[in-house]
Amino acid sequence: MYTFSSKLKTFSFILMLLGVLGIGYGFFSAPKTIQDVETILAADSHGHHDAKHDAHATEKHDAKAEAEHQEHLEHVLHQLQNKPWAAVYVAGLFFMLISLGALAFYAIQQVAQAGWSPVLFRVMQGITAYLLPGSIIVFIILLLSGFHVNHLFVWMKDGVTEVGHENYDKLIAGKSGYLNFPFWIIRAAIFIAGWNLYRYLSRKNCLAQDEANDNTFYKKNFKMSAAFLVFFIVSESIMSWDWIMSVDPHWFSTLFGWYVFASFFVSGITVISMVTLYLKSKGYLEHVNTSHIHDLSKFMFGISIFWTYLWFSQFMLIWYSNIPEEVTYFITRIEDYNITFFGAVAMNFIFPFLVLINTDFKRITWIIVMAGTVILAGHYIDFFNMIMPATVGDQWFIGVTEIAAILFFLGLFILVVFTALTKAPLVPKRNPLIEESKHFHY
Amino acid sequence: MSSTKVIHALYNDDDILMDAVKQTRKAHYHIEEVFTPFPVHGLDKAMGLAPTRLAICAFIFGCIGISFATWMMWNIMINPTGGWPQDIGGKPSFSYLQNMPAFVPVMFEMTVFHAAHLMVITFYLRSRLWPFKEAENPDVRTTDDHFLMEVSVNNNEDELVSFFQKTGAVEVKVVEKH
Repeated sequence: MYTFSSKLKTFSFILMLLGVLGIGYGFFSAPKTIQDVETILAADSHGHHDAKHDAHATEKHDAKAEAEHQEHLEHVLHQLQNKPWAAVYVAGLFFMLISLGALAFYAIQQVAQAGWSPVLFRVMQGITAYLLPGSIIVFIILLLSGFHVNHLFVWMKDGVTEVGHENYDKLIAGKSGYLNFPFWIIRAAIFIAGWNLYRYLSRKNCLAQDEANDNTFYKKNFKMSAAFLVFFIVSESIMSWDWIMSVDPHWFSTLFGWYVFASFFVSGITVISMVTLYLKSKGYLEHVNTSHIHDLSKFMFGISIFWTYLWFSQFMLIWYSNIPEEVTYFITRIEDYNITFFGAVAMNFIFPFLVLINTDFKRITWIIVMAGTVILAGHYIDFFNMIMPATVGDQWFIGVTEIAAILFFLGLFILVVFTALTKAPLVPKRNPLIEESKHFHY
Repeated sequence: MSSTKVIHALYNDDDILMDAVKQTRKAHYHIEEVFTPFPVHGLDKAMGLAPTRLAICAFIFGCIGISFATWMMWNIMINPTGGWPQDIGGKPSFSYLQNMPAFVPVMFEMTVFHAAHLMVITFYLRSRLWPFKEAENPDVRTTDDHFLMEVSVNNNEDELVSFFQKTGAVEVKVVEKH
């Protein structure tokens, strides 16, 4: 049995406290009115913009320019007000999807009847324990968006579907059969319920299998995992349209679901690997050997490249044909998010490719931890790139609020995952493949 | 007269062969070669063979491949003095980076092509395999269902024969090798 070290527990509480303080600061310092925005913009652009501004004001001091200026300020106000919300949303979504990625990996291992992984099942179940609190938090953020507490989703604005309204948007109105709040939130509730139900029942059956005299529970889990994977791939695809792609409701991409999946799947595997290494280093996983670690590293390597393949396929197809309605997505990212947009490729592809290609390196703890840290940071930035351009635009910054949101969810993640790990023995007793797994050797 | 003698110990089971290899190594007899009809997992480790460096070769060949692809397409599509940087459908041919996404499929395939083919050729060269090469089976049964270990003899013929008979060999022969 694993015992949660008090040091790690304190560490997770400190992370959460720092996170709450930082997030609170983010909301507190967000501008409330247009006047605030004007001061912020003036402070941001010091001399040269001011001079231009004055010239602008004296030359064309007509009502039209003034109205445009007001509109611009209102736009920036919404972006700045979105900043803390988007920071919390990106971090919350990222950590929830990590545990969902680990759950998908776990289900695949069950269905594939993998002979190497059963010694890691309890670690995976520990990581997927975060799915419940994580998805509830994300659901609450989605609900708050629906109740107009924030402006994360532009298609939720009042009057976007009303002909003649000042917010009327013909393109969004055309999609309102799919993008309307009740249908959208019901879909979210169904997906979250489905994933959590599988996670709950699968864990229950796995524990029951330990005490059973036959393999009924194992077979149940096998069938349930197969059914879950079918549900998962459909729900995951729709989830990625609903929660991520719909922040840019004028844009669409067909491989987006796969792309999002690859991103959080590799993060989930990386977290499995890192938690395993942590527990192993504390002496809790006696049956885990370097071959298990090697296999996880191969998955980290392979799925990183799979992510890159989808990233590039999405980018290159849109870049190549350059259709205006699709390409704006990448133009805003390359212009305003150049460093994070291409930085994500360096962190998620070039670095793991060069480091994890070596067989010996795939077994060395510090190399895997280093590569894993870069991969996780890179995929956070990947989600940052997906959400931020549509919500905060060029007002983005990875500052106090963004880092605080990561720290808060990291603390919560550690707390939930390691608490869950204390609840059951770390090695399943009667899994039919457990002996093979204990002697796994590559 | 410079003929050397070798022992040919034949086995009909890979587990027995593995044990025999381990015993032979322990007794410090020099194993010249082991012939098997199929790959025996762990045999290289038991024999103490150095790990292969083919993967390192493949990585280097891949680097050559991507360099070649980049060089080729830069010279054809971009190079303002030697190539033809024409406007084809509005694609930006001003610098390599600007038009790079269009070149990536070629760069990728060339990398894989060079890594794969040059590594295979390296393998053929290093293991001396070619179409009209004379086969080197010491015993035809080793391609079907027998395993053969060849050990050099240094004035200890009787000792070796009795040693190998005890390792579970189905047949032990002393062969003159020229």
